Amino acid sequence: MPKTMFQKVWEQHEVAPETADTPAVLFIDLHLIHEVTTPQAFDVLRRRGLSVRRTDLTLATMDHSTPTRTEQVFGGVPVVATAAARQVQQLERNCSEAGIELLNMRSELRGIVHIIGPELGLTRPGRTIVCGDSHTSTHGAFGALAFGIGTTEVGHVFATQCILQRKPATFAINVNQKLQRGVTAKDLVLAIIGQIGVEGGTGHVLEYRGEGIRALNMEERMTVCNMSIEAGARAGMIAPDETTFGYLADRPRSPSGAAWERAVERWRALPTDPGARFDREHTLDASLLEPMISYGTHPGMVIPITGSVPNRKDDPVFDKALAYMGFHAGQALRDQPVNVVFIGSCTNGRLGDLRGAAQLLRGHKIAGNVRMLVVPGSQQVKAAAEAEGLDRIFIDAGADWRESGCSMCIGMNGDTVARGEYSVSTSNRNFEGRQGAGARTLLASPLTAAASAIRGRVTDPREFL
Amino acid sequence: MDRITTIHSRPAVLPASNIDTDQIIPARFLTTTTRLGLGKQLFSDWRYGPDGSPKAEFVLNRPEAAGCQVLVAGRNFGCGSSREHAPWALLDYGFRAVISTEIADIFRNNSLMNGLLPIVVDEATSDWLLENPGSEVTIDLAATTLQLANGVSVNFPIDPFARFCLLNGVDELGFLLQQQARIADYEARHQDQ
Repeated sequence: MPKTMFQKVWEQHEVAPETADTPAVLFIDLHLIHEVTTPQAFDVLRRRGLSVRRTDLTLATMDHSTPTRTEQVFGGVPVVATAAARQVQQLERNCSEAGIELLNMRSELRGIVHIIGPELGLTRPGRTIVCGDSHTSTHGAFGALAFGIGTTEVGHVFATQCILQRKPATFAINVNQKLQRGVTAKDLVLAIIGQIGVEGGTGHVLEYRGEGIRALNMEERMTVCNMSIEAGARAGMIAPDETTFGYLADRPRSPSGAAWERAVERWRALPTDPGARFDREHTLDASLLEPMISYGTHPGMVIPITGSVPNRKDDPVFDKALAYMGFHAGQALRDQPVNVVFIGSCTNGRLGDLRGAAQLLRGHKIAGNVRMLVVPGSQQVKAAAEAEGLDRIFIDAGADWRESGCSMCIGMNGDTVARGEYSVSTSNRNFEGRQGAGARTLLASPLTAAASAIRGRVTDPREFL
Repeated sequence: MDRITTIHSRPAVLPASNIDTDQIIPARFLTTTTRLGLGKQLFSDWRYGPDGSPKAEFVLNRPEAAGCQVLVAGRNFGCGSSREHAPWALLDYGFRAVISTEIADIFRNNSLMNGLLPIVVDEATSDWLLENPGSEVTIDLAATTLQLANGVSVNFPIDPFARFCLLNGVDELGFLLQQQARIADYEARHQDQ
């Protein structure tokens, strides 16, 4: 019986299969943790006299509530707010008591949790990976089964290295043809969410397939899988191939020597077998896509950058979203003035994202009405970008170059967009208030963000290519 | 965890679809290190103006919302983040069940783990509830039924294991801890992942 990649990974991790009465017990190969969704889980462990079963499969970092200003990160200036400082201190204490490795504020390896897993070589094909963060779906780009969990489940994984799960259904997203110049992986995934809807993937694990996916590098694949949750899917997966193995070879914590050879052999058996059936399928042609931009208050409300806000009669929720955004049906978004441009996040905070934006910005100044923040996804991304001089390009253009963190994607660390302001953001959510109370977020690619920063208005990046 | 058997309450109604976790509890309140006290920040940006004063027109600020234990919401409730702070905030406010035609996966899981009942109903039931906000409903978890004030009773789906845990007031960690021998056996057989 031919199997999907998801089925193979699932079956390889069943400690106990599901029954009518009980969910499956699934073993977890990697548990990534951060300061926001763990304190209550550590409390439960303490209260019940339990310890962390597999500290060797657990890695902690700090990213969500941490500042990105260099003087706040390294200058002894405390974290922005007392509560955030307490959260960071509590993670330090919890990890030290439990014996968990923590990449703390002074670590050169610190970064956004979904950036550091792959960059260290801990995210690997065929692994099960969980984290108390919905964008854990990012790691599926390697052919891992990776999904976000709540804090109670974080406690389950601490205590047993397992999680209780009902088997989700499978959903193939077939991407034919390749993206055109100026159209990025971000545009691709925004288009997919626009097509299948923000609840289109609920109850399913997505598998992105086809020529358009195979042509993407690992960073681009991560951008696509990252936003699977924005279509309601808990996980998105991409079959491992030579691109995957090339990325993982020589990563600091990748297997080496004979163990690497054995691993690659195992990984080659993971892709979906020919003839395997998916519960659902959706097909699109990547070559027809344009740069995409969101106009509303969820990531399914997207249009090509050359398009205009659609018209929907008798839909109060739609009207409310447009009212929040200050837009009206039929309006073109091109040339919409912007106040803030944010490049970063677990969606678009990797080196390739920064290179793309820098290439476009080189020799330009950002518009006077724009405040631009460039926040590398990890300290390693930051160092690599600086080694290439990308920081100079951003700074010379008038942007702020920061230390790594979630920053303006989540607005709980001091980096926010003010009420009523328009932000062209490479992050993943345009929910009301996501970047700060009253903030208006336009989701886009790093290229669109950079082009819009130069003009001070929403701009098609192809004008600069 | 307290046992849940039946819930009898007037519902509060939020007809919007795709109510995301950032609306339920904005990220700036996630710097807490406990799970208590989030009820006052529930739906904060919809409930309060920029100056912190309650918005009179918001449903939870109206007198008839007082004491409501059931929230009826539009399709795809709880989409977005994995923050368990969302069900914690709803529970701390006083809600014990959420009814919608679709509830996002992670939010549903998180709710079940905390004793907030996520109840998925068909369009007709949802429409009736959205149009009759003042009418009481009865949720019977043992029978998995939702009884409307018009006499109609509908069954709702719920994972049998979660239902067992909720009816008996036990949490799922206990079940997992009973699996330790099997987990150890799995670990012994898989040292090369």
